[in-house]
Amino acid sequence: MGERVNPSRRALIGWGGAGLALGAAVAGGAVAMAEAGDDVGPAAEAGGAVAFHGAHQAGIATPVQDRLHFAAFDVKTDDRAEFVRLLKDWTAAARRLTAGRAVGEGAYGGLAEAPPDDTGEALGLRPSRLTLTIGFGPSLFEKFGLAGQRPAALVDLPGFPGDNLDASRTGGDLCVQACADDPQVAVHAIRNLARIGFGKVAVRWSQLGFGKTSSTTPDAQTPRNLMGFKDGTRNIAGTEAGRLEKFVWVGDGDGPDWMTGGSYLVARRIRMNIETWDRTSLQEQEDVFGRDKGEGAPVGRAKEHDAPFLKAMKPDAHVRLAHPDSNGGITILRRGYSFTDGTDGLGRLDAGLFFLAYQRDVREGFIPLQRRLSASDALNEYIQHVGSAVFAIPPGVRDTDDWWGRTLFTESSGSSSSTKSSESAKSSKGA
Amino acid sequence: MRALRLTVTAAATAAALTALSACTAKSDAEGAGAIKVTAADSTCATSTKSVPAGHVTLAIENTGSKATEVEILFPDDRIVSEKENIGPGTRYTLTAEVKAGSYEIACRPGMKGHGVRQKLTVTGSGTVAKRNPALDKAVADYREYAQEQADATVPLARTFADAIKAGDLEAAKKAYAPSRLGWERTEPIAESFGDIDPKTDTRADGLEEGQKWTGWHRLEKALWADRKTGATEAALADRLVADLTDWRERVGKAEITPTSMANGAKELLDEVATGKVTGEEDRYSHTDLVDFKANVEGAQKAYELLKPVAAKNDPALTGELDKQFAALDTLLDKYRADRTSYDFVSYDKVTGDQRKELSDAVNALAEPLSKLAAAVAK
Repeated sequence: MGERVNPSRRALIGWGGAGLALGAAVAGGAVAMAEAGDDVGPAAEAGGAVAFHGAHQAGIATPVQDRLHFAAFDVKTDDRAEFVRLLKDWTAAARRLTAGRAVGEGAYGGLAEAPPDDTGEALGLRPSRLTLTIGFGPSLFEKFGLAGQRPAALVDLPGFPGDNLDASRTGGDLCVQACADDPQVAVHAIRNLARIGFGKVAVRWSQLGFGKTSSTTPDAQTPRNLMGFKDGTRNIAGTEAGRLEKFVWVGDGDGPDWMTGGSYLVARRIRMNIETWDRTSLQEQEDVFGRDKGEGAPVGRAKEHDAPFLKAMKPDAHVRLAHPDSNGGITILRRGYSFTDGTDGLGRLDAGLFFLAYQRDVREGFIPLQRRLSASDALNEYIQHVGSAVFAIPPGVRDTDDWWGRTLFTESSGSSSSTKSSESAKSSKGA
Repeated sequence: MRALRLTVTAAATAAALTALSACTAKSDAEGAGAIKVTAADSTCATSTKSVPAGHVTLAIENTGSKATEVEILFPDDRIVSEKENIGPGTRYTLTAEVKAGSYEIACRPGMKGHGVRQKLTVTGSGTVAKRNPALDKAVADYREYAQEQADATVPLARTFADAIKAGDLEAAKKAYAPSRLGWERTEPIAESFGDIDPKTDTRADGLEEGQKWTGWHRLEKALWADRKTGATEAALADRLVADLTDWRERVGKAEITPTSMANGAKELLDEVATGKVTGEEDRYSHTDLVDFKANVEGAQKAYELLKPVAAKNDPALTGELDKQFAALDTLLDKYRADRTSYDFVSYDKVTGDQRKELSDAVNALAEPLSKLAAAVAK
């Protein structure tokens, strides 16, 4: 902390408040710079911060960062006011974290008898383009009198052929997606939000992603997945305002007003049978995807971004089945990450794709697409969906007075104290 | 054991050197300036209420019919110096170096209980730390609680040991968990002595190279895994009772501060989070929930005693702690049929989902509890 001279706790809180007010003045531009004299250290001059405020939440159209820590939470309180307070506390913390600052009163310099507010492992690290994106799962709408506010588009995902979902990696009342170019920055953010949330929410599951598998920047190389292939080469770019409006952002009148400017997220933990894939001939690998492995060009084409000639591909080739032209134009924004959670006890990599896709309506996005893929995709022999969740992503936090979920919690008419259903709701997690 | 913190000022050191021979405690040695302490069965008379800092001598006479114990106590009841087992009709001279401040002299007829107290002011130029009487009371009450727990544990441990020595496997198993309650409630104090905990409460994986495995968990393995109650186990059982008796004798000397009480409460929850929720603590008997409950009770006791002060400094925190203690208690009650019994569900019958729920409740309590020390320290 800058103010280290025997400050009272109250004085420190006062300073923190002043810092936030200053932040308000600076934010709003494309990049929120941390204020001079704050405890940011190198972050202040390095920039590398993504604006937290905006019409849409950051972390969707934002150029894809290198690393991910994604966490799903269950709500543990049945007190609506307490939950709203948490959303406000989280927003304040997220505002600081994405600017490269420590949460609360910082990681050191406070009362010696108390644990520091911030856990400290991101001290001295740059903001690293950290984005924090919150989402609300279907089960949240069984609580706090929110039932009437649940968007029709937030459906429970149906079961798909081949699903082998692990309940402990599925569902969740809430999610926070943390993306950053530095893995420690992403983990620090989730860890500190979870800590702030103890007693109000509890982590249900979380997933680390170590490598991006898609790009929302058109001129960037499409990253490869763990099968060694480029996938999603026609992803929506963060600069394509028209396609974003059409396929990603919830429009006025699409559903409840509180969702306007938001989106829907599908998260799937897709385990790859890495070892069997690696023993597959190059020809079959290329047939399965419908691309060549080196360049990533569609079958019969020369360059990755050449328009694919779908009919030249095998009928069950992944690209052919997933392509918008085979699906009435269905397009989703993919933002998935490769993961490896060590080995599985049988000496095989526990690895795969943590699939993240944003869309305007799950019923016209992931569901029809996955129906088709799960029925026919040649890739199915080498993958298995083992975790699943769907979330409504509320619109962005506009300014320093705004907070995550404000549109939902101030526009809905739920009772202000408690609902009874919180315990019994636990068992039926929508996925 | 931790050395008692007795400050020696320069002047006191000089006095100590000249009076060195008088330091050795001896019957009938009544040096000039000594405080006469007349300890009877229900009274404790002292000849003066005020002495200068430095060497303080108590000339004790037990005029009662029972053996007694005389102590000089800090305001929070920590023992400055003491003499136990002064027989009826005998005398003893107790000497201690005492810095300026407020103290009490306690006579404990029968060597138990709160005893009969007399004030003692020690005058001097040394700076006396400002004390908060409410916190002194909290510490004194907590020390009394810790002593009660230790006092209650020794006979329960003896019951456990007797069953082992009688070769009664079932009775021994039944007596195992109850014998741990008092220890688990006040574990941070027991652990503060350093040398007792390794002898009584080490788990198989906690052994250092060359360390002989003794104590509860060694016997737990013998009873549940090996189903043995032989001579080895009998000797171990006696050893456990002896080590716990040692602990009981030393509780009064534990250094306890309001901050250490608060952090001790948090540490009890840490114990739950790292040992009980995982089922590591009682891996053979699966009586983890009994220890779990005792840890929470001990944490709650420390919290309740500090609450009057903490509530003034941080009412939002105490509100949250009240709520989370209640929530955890309610959750634990689901695992016992009768709220007054310590008969809990065997932990191997507690499912993964239930363990997650318990873990969430522990996190919900431990996080605000980690802020209690700051709330009493400001």
